[in-house]
Amino acid sequence: MTELLDRWQFGVTIVYHFLFVPLTIGLGVLVAWMQTLAYRRKDADWDRLARFFGRLFLINFAMGVVTGIVQEFQFGMNWSNYSIFVGNIFGAPLAMEGLLAFFLESTFLGLWIFGRGRLSERVHLACIWLVAFGSTISALFILAANAWMQHPVGFRIVDHKALLTDIWAVFANSTLWEEFAHTVLAAFVTAAMVVVGVSAWQMLKRRDVRIFARAATLASGFAAVCLVATITTGDMQARLMDEQQPMKMAAAEALYNTASGASFSLLTIGNLSGQPIFQIRVPHLLSLIADLSYDGKVQGINQLQKAEAKKYGPGSYVPVIWLTYWSFRLMVGLGIVMLVVAAWTWWLSRKRSRWRLEDCRRTLWVLVACIVAPFAANTFGWLFTEMGRQPWIVYGLMKTSQAFSPTVGTGSVIGTLAGFTVLYSALGAVDVALMRRAARQSLDPPAGEEGAAGGGSGEEVAGLVY
Amino acid sequence: MTGPVASLNTAWFALIGVLWTGYFVLEGFDFGVGILSPLLAADDVDRRITLNAIGPFWDGNEVWLIVAGGATFAAFPTWYATMFSGFYLALFLILVALILRGAAFEYRARRDRLSWRRTWGAAHAVGSLLPAILWGVAFTDLVRGLDITKGPHYVGGFAGLVHPIALVGGVASLLVFSLHGAVFLSLKTTGELRRRARRAAALLAAPAFVAVAGLGAWTGVTIAGSSRPGALSGAVPAALVVVALLALGAGGLLIARGREGLAFGTTAVAIVALSAAAFAALFPRVMVSSVTARDSLTVWNAASAHETLLVMTVVAAIFTPFVLAYQAWTYWVFRQRLTRPPAGPGQTAGPSSPGGSPAAVQGDAAPAVPGPTSR
Ligand code: HDD
Ligand code: HEM
Ligand code: HEM
Repeated sequence: MTELLDRWQFGVTIVYHFLFVPLTIGLGVLVAWMQTLAYRRKDADWDRLARFFGRLFLINFAMGVVTGIVQEFQFGMNWSNYSIFVGNIFGAPLAMEGLLAFFLESTFLGLWIFGRGRLSERVHLACIWLVAFGSTISALFILAANAWMQHPVGFRIVDHKALLTDIWAVFANSTLWEEFAHTVLAAFVTAAMVVVGVSAWQMLKRRDVRIFARAATLASGFAAVCLVATITTGDMQARLMDEQQPMKMAAAEALYNTASGASFSLLTIGNLSGQPIFQIRVPHLLSLIADLSYDGKVQGINQLQKAEAKKYGPGSYVPVIWLTYWSFRLMVGLGIVMLVVAAWTWWLSRKRSRWRLEDCRRTLWVLVACIVAPFAANTFGWLFTEMGRQPWIVYGLMKTSQAFSPTVGTGSVIGTLAGFTVLYSALGAVDVALMRRAARQSLDPPAGEEGAAGGGSGEEVAGLVY
Repeated sequence: MTGPVASLNTAWFALIGVLWTGYFVLEGFDFGVGILSPLLAADDVDRRITLNAIGPFWDGNEVWLIVAGGATFAAFPTWYATMFSGFYLALFLILVALILRGAAFEYRARRDRLSWRRTWGAAHAVGSLLPAILWGVAFTDLVRGLDITKGPHYVGGFAGLVHPIALVGGVASLLVFSLHGAVFLSLKTTGELRRRARRAAALLAAPAFVAVAGLGAWTGVTIAGSSRPGALSGAVPAALVVVALLALGAGGLLIARGREGLAFGTTAVAIVALSAAAFAALFPRVMVSSVTARDSLTVWNAASAHETLLVMTVVAAIFTPFVLAYQAWTYWVFRQRLTRPPAGPGQTAGPSSPGGSPAAVQGDAAPAVPGPTSR
């Protein structure tokens, strides 16, 4: 019971944290890019865009920060047995993340927010790039910790603890680099789709159409490129997964029995137990994904369960199939939909295009709707990754059922789970409302033309940020 | 279970002590500002000036806590696990407070409806007040000892944390942080607000002194009577508490004389000395068992193995100087006082943008905030 509650608490808090994180990582880069264009070309429009999207960035950043602290603490709070078991290895990247990434990000973000007009333009620009760099390497460190749970390397077990033998192995982990590439690219996609969607909305309202069209061109091109790369790295991950965690692959596909030249099911109606009512299948595709060969062999759940029970002792080694099956499909499906939409938008938005993006109202509405797609894809991706690893918390070494804190009572966990859920829902509502408001505001007047009516929130005292 | 005192285990114990100390000195003043802000601000502009005085720093200050937590996880996993699961509900309250506070910074000024600003203002104040008390409670508990049994498991529950001495510890930390914050505000503002902050500091100095003296004496008596004290003689923490008291006394006098810069130095020294006293009283234990001395966690039995400590030492040695340098630089960049813009509707400009204040008002004749003013 406590284990289940602990898992729910972890799931709720990390999924929530990861709604904000990809936008922070990606928007940091895009805002820095816009500010660079403004600086290099002395272009007031890019400066206004950088300030506009910078506001969205800050509202979002705050939520990433406050939800992150919970993450840092809850391994010890709810998963003390786990923490003792892995601390030697898992703690190291976490501490490095704080020292190398969070200090950098938070300090230079403060400089960026309050330093406009006080620092030279070049230094001010460097600050936002350092923030973007900091959030990207924070992803590297935390994913080093996560990749170790997916595929432990560089350790030995002494006295029921995993001790570090080789830190290079931990950072050279193949799982880490593929996870990092895919996750950061997905973060870029997230921010790019948000920029495109918000720009589309502004164009629909016919506000600063010419300027937002430039943002849409930049971001849709970036989104399309990053989506191709996301899909490519995702495919590489699938192959690595087939090697390292074959059960996750089989579960993703609800493939019960080992098959050669396995087909890939696009859609299943009925249940996933092997006798579907209706299915669309692409012949040989699964073998291609998993093995890069037309007739490659993909292992099935039943065979893997037998093999793992033999290796690790009795018990079920099968994750929740419907969840892995559908979350994988939804992530992939959304990725493909976004690629089509982003590429089409970019095509429309070029200068030489026969149409003008701002007149294609239907496309613009689709773009607004697509804002949710990357967030959903990210969440499904993580649900798949983490739930597909179950029953393991550290693959092959420790089961989730052994990991929680023995001294924390069920009542306490119920209380905190309820507390976090209520608090997060309330904050989420406020955050969405503020983001919407900020996304609907007009651009600030160009720098130097203060006093011109800003479409902002009424009176503000000059110079005060908070 | 023993070893040379000059070992990586000892070094990491000291480093974690430094991280917590840095956290208390830095976030201490921004908790203090958060607590006092509703009391000292005459209106919304004042309120905003107080929040902007700590605006560029608070997130960087909070990262000291995150790194302290991460470093404890890496260097002393058993300490991290036992303390964080043992202090479960207290930490939950601290987390909720820090969440509300962080959100309040960003959200409060984004709308100008009165109810909106009141709500987030209250969230900010409560979010500063709770941790300022609870950290004092938690560290007093660590020093006085807890019901830790073999496992190691802390079995005392939430009730086991709210011991009377711990409550005195909470009051002491609340008063010291508030004092530290008041002095910081007097150093960063001008005019009426600065005068009020100075008065608050002068008023807080005496109670802070008394609370710390009481806490020091009571804790001293308690741990002197315990079955097995730490490795250092009890004179070391006692001397550090005396240093803290002297610093607080000096701080009270200095602020009364209007020497704000020096006063801030003394309140910082007081916090450093108190935090050092706590860690000196613990050493070489990291969590003291009041059940049997054998079940105490120490820098030896709670630590990671040598490889991890070595790797972490190398990383910390290389990167810590950079962190200290750029954090110090931020304090230098934003060293000016924040000045209240002259009243009148004409003095309001367009919405403040992310990137900060509109460039036009910087260095204007009518000094906007933050304007270059004499110190
Ligand atoms: C915008 C978001 C996004 C999009 C469009 C995609 N992914 Fe993804 N995917 C993620 C966001 C994501 C993620 C949330 O970032 C995950 C979770 C863990 C990770 O490494 O990345 C993930 C995990 C993840 C994994 C699990 C790795 C593991 O558990 O070891 C695989 C196999 C894929 N992805 C494959 C793909 C493929 C073949 C895609 C083709 C369309 C794809 N992803 C699109
Ligand atoms: C930010 C993106 C992530 C998301 C959305 C995510 C999601 C999840 C979810 C939903 C679970 C619950 C699985 C279950 O209950 O069966 C889980 C488990 C877990 N994940 Fe992740 N995860 C993420 C990243 C990470 C990272 C980076 C780490 C390591 C630092 C991590 C560590 C864990 C741990 C310790 C568990 C075990 C607890 C449990 O099984 O519930 N996760 N994750
Ligand atoms: C369970 C694992 C995680 C832990 C322990 C964790 C910890 C934290 C903490 C403590 C913060 C606040 C930092 C601050 O105050 O400035 C934060 C924010 C952030 N985290 Fe997470 N996080 C986790 C998962 C992730 C993942 C999976 C990613 C990226 C892939 C990520 C990337 C970020 C970023 C970019 C921020 C932005 C804001 C900032 O650094 O302040 N985190 N996280």
